[in-house]
Amino acid sequence: MGLGSFFTSKLDEAIGWARKYSIFQYPFVTACCGMEYMATACSHYDIDRFGAGLPRFSPRQADVLFVVGTISHKMAPVLKRVYDQMTEPKWVVAFGVCTCTGGFYNNYATVQGIDTIIPVDVYIPGCPPRPESVIDGLMKLQDKIAAQAQRY
Amino acid sequence: MDGAAMLAALTARFGSGVVETHDHRGDHTAVVTREALPRVLAYCRDEPALAFEMLTDLTAVDYSKYPGREDGPRFEVVYHLYSLAHNHRLRLKVRVDEDDAVVPTAIDLWPIADWFEREVWDMFGVRFADHPDLRRLLMYEEFVGHPLRKEYPIDRRQPLIGPPN
Repeated sequence: MGLGSFFTSKLDEAIGWARKYSIFQYPFVTACCGMEYMATACSHYDIDRFGAGLPRFSPRQADVLFVVGTISHKMAPVLKRVYDQMTEPKWVVAFGVCTCTGGFYNNYATVQGIDTIIPVDVYIPGCPPRPESVIDGLMKLQDKIAAQAQRY
Repeated sequence: MDGAAMLAALTARFGSGVVETHDHRGDHTAVVTREALPRVLAYCRDEPALAFEMLTDLTAVDYSKYPGREDGPRFEVVYHLYSLAHNHRLRLKVRVDEDDAVVPTAIDLWPIADWFEREVWDMFGVRFADHPDLRRLLMYEEFVGHPLRKEYPIDRRQPLIGPPN
């Protein structure tokens, strides 16, 4: 890395702080993990505390792609297209073992981890992950967003 | 009508069209010939004493690596019937060889057979004669082969995008 990579400013920190508390997620829900996602997204766990309470069902208006559930080879081009439609800056969360590695589906139909198709920022393992794991992953994503070098 | 009586009625009516019958823990099965299959299915649906209004499942089994059945007819297409009126069930099977894996369609009896038969074609490569639209149901059009056939390699991957992992 060059010297420029380490250059930060107060403005960057302010933008990072603002971005990490205005996460508009696009839930790409394909399987049973969706149940746990809904449990997490509802009032009991209150992810509005992290500024992530409002899902946007248009990829063009979302910041974070939540890939929730098994991705089959038939679905893979759709996922890639949704990712490509999102505008920068954008992040991706792999929710559950199926999206992280394929999980226990090592067969003709299942993508062995969505990181073979699109870049992933945070992996949340579990089958399905408990809401505590999801919130932990969300906070790790916030740290990453806040610390990320800004591009203008 | 209990299961044994159903099997007896089918045997009496269709004679050699019923190859064999058996009863496993109260589940009654009749293996029928392909030639008799359309008539047997129609009879099962329309005979008031049977009244199988519902085709709950239609699937297939590949017996090519099943001990003792390696030489026999490779596929069995299986019909699970259920009667709402009488609350009874029946299983019908028809055996077909690999080089002549064609079974008459059941769409005209139960419209749900449309997707079931497309799935069986997709997974096993068994065709259904007179099916109006026999395309793959689960896999994509670019997919080569039939993944639930025993000779399909367990590690063969055919991704549309991304590496073959």
